[in-house]
Amino acid sequence: MRSLFELKPYILKYKKLIFLGILSILVSEAFYVVIPILIGRAVDNLKLGITGEKLLWFASLVIGSTLLSGIASFFTRQTIIVASRKIEYDLRNDFYRHVQSLHYLYFRNKRVGDIMAYATNDIPSVRNFLGPGIMYSIETVIEFIVILAIMFSMNFKLTLLTLMPLPLISYLVYRVGKILHEKYEDIQEHFGTITTVAQENIAGIRVVKSYVREDYEVEKFRKLNFDYMMKNIKLIKVQSLTYPLMILITGISIIIVVWYGGYQVIKGAMTLGQITSFLIYLGYLIWPMIAFGWIVNLTQRASASMDRLLEVLKVEPQIRDTSETDFSIKEIKGEVKFKNVWFKYPDSESYVLKGIDFEIKQGQTVGIVGYTGSGKTTLVNLIPRLFDPDKGEVLIDGINVKKIPLKVLRESIGYVQQEVFLFSDSVKNNITFGVDSVSDEEVFEVAKIAHIYDEVLEFPNGFDTVVGERGITLSGGQRQRVGLARALIKKPKILILDDSFSSVDAYTEEMILKNLKEFRKGRTTIIISHRITAVKDADLIIVLDDGKIVERGTHDELLELGGIYADLYLKQILEEELEKM
Amino acid sequence: MHDFRDDEILGKAYDSRLMKRLLKYVKPYWKQVLISILLVLILAVLNPLRPYITKFAIDDYILKSDYSGLTKLTLLLLGILFLQGGLQYLLSYITEWIGQKTIFDLRMEIFNHLQRLALRFFDKNPTGRLVTRVTNDVESLNEMYSSGIVLVFGDIFTILGILYFMFKLSFELSLVTLSVLPLLFYATFLFRKKAREAYREVRTLIARINAFLQERFSGISVVQVFHREEKEFEKFDRINAKYRDANIKSIFYYAVFYPAVELISALGIGLIIWYGGGEVIKGTVTIGVLISFLQYTEMFFRPVRDLSEKYNIFQTAMASAERIFKLLDTKIFIKQPENPVKLEKLCGEIEFENVWFAYKHDGEMISDDDWILKNVSFKINAGEKVAIVGATGSGKSTIINLICKFYTVQKGRILIDGIDIKNIDEKELRKHIAVVLQDVLLFSGDIFTNITLGNENIKIEKVIESARLIGADQFIERLPNGYFEVVQERGANLSVGEKQLISFVRALVYDPKILVLDEATSSVDVETERVIQNAIGKLLENRTAIVIAHRLSTIQNVDKIIVLHKGEVREIGTHDELLALKGIYYRLYQLQYKERKSKLVNVSGTAK
Ligand SMILES: Nc1ncnc2c1ncn2[C@@H]1O[C@H](COP(=O)(O)OP(=O)(O)OP(=O)(O)O)[C@@H](O)[C@H]1O
Ligand SMILES: Nc1ncnc2c1ncn2[C@@H]1O[C@H](COP(=O)(O)OP(=O)(O)OP(=O)(O)O)[C@@H](O)[C@H]1O
Ligand SMILES: [Mg+2]
Ligand SMILES: [Mg+2]
Repeated sequence: MRSLFELKPYILKYKKLIFLGILSILVSEAFYVVIPILIGRAVDNLKLGITGEKLLWFASLVIGSTLLSGIASFFTRQTIIVASRKIEYDLRNDFYRHVQSLHYLYFRNKRVGDIMAYATNDIPSVRNFLGPGIMYSIETVIEFIVILAIMFSMNFKLTLLTLMPLPLISYLVYRVGKILHEKYEDIQEHFGTITTVAQENIAGIRVVKSYVREDYEVEKFRKLNFDYMMKNIKLIKVQSLTYPLMILITGISIIIVVWYGGYQVIKGAMTLGQITSFLIYLGYLIWPMIAFGWIVNLTQRASASMDRLLEVLKVEPQIRDTSETDFSIKEIKGEVKFKNVWFKYPDSESYVLKGIDFEIKQGQTVGIVGYTGSGKTTLVNLIPRLFDPDKGEVLIDGINVKKIPLKVLRESIGYVQQEVFLFSDSVKNNITFGVDSVSDEEVFEVAKIAHIYDEVLEFPNGFDTVVGERGITLSGGQRQRVGLARALIKKPKILILDDSFSSVDAYTEEMILKNLKEFRKGRTTIIISHRITAVKDADLIIVLDDGKIVERGTHDELLELGGIYADLYLKQILEEELEKM
Repeated sequence: MHDFRDDEILGKAYDSRLMKRLLKYVKPYWKQVLISILLVLILAVLNPLRPYITKFAIDDYILKSDYSGLTKLTLLLLGILFLQGGLQYLLSYITEWIGQKTIFDLRMEIFNHLQRLALRFFDKNPTGRLVTRVTNDVESLNEMYSSGIVLVFGDIFTILGILYFMFKLSFELSLVTLSVLPLLFYATFLFRKKAREAYREVRTLIARINAFLQERFSGISVVQVFHREEKEFEKFDRINAKYRDANIKSIFYYAVFYPAVELISALGIGLIIWYGGGEVIKGTVTIGVLISFLQYTEMFFRPVRDLSEKYNIFQTAMASAERIFKLLDTKIFIKQPENPVKLEKLCGEIEFENVWFAYKHDGEMISDDDWILKNVSFKINAGEKVAIVGATGSGKSTIINLICKFYTVQKGRILIDGIDIKNIDEKELRKHIAVVLQDVLLFSGDIFTNITLGNENIKIEKVIESARLIGADQFIERLPNGYFEVVQERGANLSVGEKQLISFVRALVYDPKILVLDEATSSVDVETERVIQNAIGKLLENRTAIVIAHRLSTIQNVDKIIVLHKGEVREIGTHDELLALKGIYYRLYQLQYKERKSKLVNVSGTAK
C-alpha cells in the first residue's frame, strides 16, 4: 500500500483540479442526502392530510435537489476523472522515457512482454485507483457518515439495529478480499506466462512449422490454458460469494427496519415517513457498501501494480550523463583507445573481455577477427556505451567515454549491429531513423553506398515499401544493407561494422567495401568479420581469443607472425586451393 | 499491412450475429445454461417480492397495529432473503463456470487456428497483435460472460418482475411512473451514440501506443545506439497525448449521462409523490403501495445506471469478438491436398519444374516486377549435395520456403520423389526436411530444449553427439550449466555465431532425409566452419542436402551448384564446370579469392 504514496508528486501537480473535484463531491452529496428526508416528510404529510399543491412542492424539491446534485457530480467527473487521465498520461510518459534510458542489458533479462504488461495493465490499474477509486472513496465515506448521522438523529436505536450487520460486512470484505487478492495475483502471473508462451510461439512460428512442432506447442498451450481455467474456477468459487453476501446483509438491515421500525410505529414512537426515509437511506447505503468492497479491491490491485512499476522506475539508468560529464565537448574526432578493459556480463562469473588494450588513430581502420563467442561484439558495444567496462577505460580522443555527453558520443558513432533490427516502417524511414530532416538525395546516396539502391527501386513501392515486423519481408542481405545505410546517413566520425557482410554475396561485399573506401576517409572505422577479405586492408588487425587480444598488427605483419590469423587465412586459401586440385 | 484497422474494429455493443456465434461456444454446456436460466427466472420473481411484501407489512400490519402478524411476515421476508442469497450464489458460480469453460475452448481454437495459418499471414500481421487475440481479446469476452450476460439477463427479468408487481399493485400509478421511460430511452440512446465514437478513438489510440511500445522495446538497442531517445519520446508523447484527450472527451459523456439518469429517476419519484400522493388523499391508493413504489423506482433505475459501466464491457467484448472471429475466418492456409500421398520412405529427390513465384495472395494481381522466381527448373537427385549461390535478394531463401511448402507456387510444379508437393500434406512433407533458417530463432528455455524443441524422442546423448560433430560442444560445455544453460528471449545471452551453431544442431538431431542449410554458418568463425566442413561427409550421409552460402568455401564439396540471378537459374553444374563456363559463378569466385594466390606463396612459407 505504501507504494501508492509515491504517486504524491503526480497528484500534487493537479491539486487544484482535484481540490475542485472534492469540493463538488461535497456539494453533490449535500443535495443528494436531503432527498430521502424530503420524501419522508411528504409521506408523513400525507397522513396529516395535505393539499395537492403542497405535494407538487415536495415533488419539485426532490427533482430540484437531484438536479443540483447532478450538476455538481458532473463537475466532479470533469475534474477528478480528468485529472486521473492526465496523471495517467504523465505516468506513461515517464515510464516510457525511463525505460528507454535503461541499461541495454536490462532488456535482456526482462522479456519484452513483461515490460509491455507494465504499460498495458499496471498503468491503467493505477489510473483506475486515482480516478474512480478516489472519487468513489470520498463519495462513499461522505455518504456513509452523513447518512449515518441523519439516521442516528432520526432514531438512535433503530439505526444501531440496522447497523448490526456492518462489522460483519467489514470482516467479510476483508477476508474475502484477501483471498481474492492472493488468487488474483496468482492468476495475473499465470496470464503473463500464457502471454509469453503465445508470443514466443508466434514469433517463432517458422521454426515451429519447419520442425512440425505444432502439436507439441498446442499441447503445451493446452496445459497452461487448462491450469489457468482451473485457477479461475477456484477464484470464482470465492468471488461469487461477494454479491449474495451484500444482498443478504443489506436485506437483513431492511427487514430489521420493517420489523423493528414497524413495531416503533405501532408503539407511536416513529412515523411512517421516517421508516420510508430509512428504507430509502438503506437503499442509498447499498451502493457505498458494494463500492467499498470494490474500492478495497481496486486499491489492492493498484498498489500491486505500483509495486511493479516502481520496481522498474527505481532502476537507475546506469548509462547516462553524470556530474563528471564534460558538456563542453561538442564533437569528437574519432581516436579510440582501450586501456586494460575488463568486462563481464552481470550474473555471469567469467570475464568476457580480459585486459583489452589497443589504440586506433583518428581516421584509421581496424579489423577485429576471432572465434565465435570470443567477445568481438561485446568489445565494440563498449564504444557507444551500451555498457561500461568493469575495469579499465575506453577513451575517445583521449577522454574517457563516460565524460563525453551521451548525445555527442552516440551521434558521432555509426554502429551497424550484428543482428539488424528494422522497424515495421518504410525502407526510407528506416534509413533516416537516426537523423532529422534529410533530403531524399542523401537517402539515395547512402543507399547507393550500401549497394541497396537498385534493389529497393525494384520493390513494389520503392523506398516507401513498408517492411514487415523486424524487416521480415526483406532478404537477409537486404536487411543488413538497409541497416548499413541507416548508420552511414549519420556521417559518423566512428563507423562500426559488426559482421555486416555475413549475409551478402562476395560481389556485393566487394562493391560495398569499394564504396566505403571513399566514405571511410577521415572516419575511424572498426570492422568485425570472419572473412579475411573484409579486414585485410585495415591499418590494424586485432585477433581476439577468449576475450584477450592474442595478436595485433597489419595483415602482412600477422602473416609474418604465423599465428592464429595466418592460420585462419591459410585455411581460407587452402580450401580454395584444395578445391582446385 | 501497416495499419491498425483491426484494432479499430468496433462492433455494436450488442450484435446479434456475433452473439449467436458466441452462444455456439456455450452449447456443450447446455445443461448448466438451463439451470442458470431457471435460476434467473426464480430470482426475477424473488427480487421484487420484498417491496411487495413490505406493502402488506405497512398496510395490513403496521397501520393496523398487528404486531404478531408483522413478526410472521418478517420471518417470511428473512426466508425469502436467504433463498435469494443462496440462489444468487449458485447463479454467479454456474455462469462464471460456463464462461471459463467457453473461454478455454475459444482460446484453444484460436491458438490451434494460428498454428495452421500459412506464413503469408504472419508476414503481414505483427506478433503483438496476434498475441492480443489469444490473450486480452479472449479475456474481455470472459469479462462479458462473467459480469455481463448474466447480470444483464438477470436485470431484464428483474425489470419484468418489477413491472409485474407494480402493475399488480396499481395499474394507474405504474403508468404514471413509467411515463418517464421514453426520456430514459432517449438519454441512453444519445449516450450510446456519443460514447461509441469516443470509444472508437480511444481503442485506436491504445492499439497504437501498444504497437509503438512493443517495437521500441524490442529494438531498444537501435534507439540507444542512434541516440533517438528524445525523438522517440516526442513521437510517443504525441500519441499518448491524443489518447489522453480522447479519454477526456469520453469522460464528458459519462459526466452528463450519470446525473441525467438520476434526474430522470427523480422525475419518476416526483410523479409518485405528486400523483400517488394525490391518490392516497383520494383513498384510491394506500400508503404502503406508495412506499413500495418508491422502492421499485430505485430498483428499476439501478440496472440502467449500471448500464454505462456494462456498456463498456459489452462494447469491448463485442469488438474483441469481432476481431477474434475475423481471425478465425481468415483461411489463409496452404491448400490441403484432397488425397494426400503418404511419404513412407522418402528418397529425397527434389525437382523444380518451371516454377514461377511471387509473394502474393492467391487472387492478387501479379505484375512483372513482382515475380521473385522466374521459370526456375532444376533437379536434385536423391542423396545429392547441392549448393545454391547468387547475389543477395536473388531468391535463394525463397526456394527453400517453397520446398518446405511455406508458400505455394503460382506456376509450375515442385516434385519430391516425383510427387507434386501439392499432393503431400505440408506437415508430412516437413517431417522429412530439416532447415537451418537464415534468421536464427531461439526460444527462452534452455539450450537442450532449444535443440530438441520439446521432442522427447531425442535424447541428450544424441544432442551431445551432434553438437560434437559440428564443434558446438566446446562453447556449450564451457557454460556453467552446459546443455541446460538458460537461454534468454531470442537467445539474447549468446553470441550470434553461438546461436547459429545451436540451430544447426537442432536440424541434425531431427535426422532428416533432406537437410537444408540457409546461410547456416555465415556468422561462425573459420575454425569452426572447418570442423563442420570436415564432418560434412558424415553429416550429409544418406541425405539430400541443399546448402546456401555466400562464403564459397562452405560449398566446396557439393555435387552440383545452382547459380541464381534475379530469380532465374543461370548456371547449373559442378564447381569445375562452372569455372570453365566463366560466367557469374566464375566472377564471384574470382572476387572472393583474388589476390590470395599471390599471397599464398609467401604465406605457406611462414605459417606453422
Ligand atoms: N515474406 C516476404 N514477403 C515479400 N517479399 C519477400 C519476402 N521474403 C523475401 N521477399 C523478397 O523476395 C526477394 C528474394 O528474397 P530471398 O530471401 O529469397 O533472397 P535471398 O536470395 O535469400 O537473399 P539473401 O542472400 O540476402 O538472403 C527479395 O527481394 C525480398 O525482398
Ligand atoms: N547478455 C549476455 N549475458 C551473458 N553472456 C553473454 C551475453 N551476451 C553474450 N554473452 C557471452 O559472451 C561471449 C562473447 O559474446 P560476443 O557476442 O561478444 O561474441 P562474438 O565474438 O561477437 O561472437 P560471434 O562471432 O558469434 O558474433 C559469448 O560466449 C556469449 O555467450
Ligand atoms: Mg558477435
Ligand atoms: Mg536468404
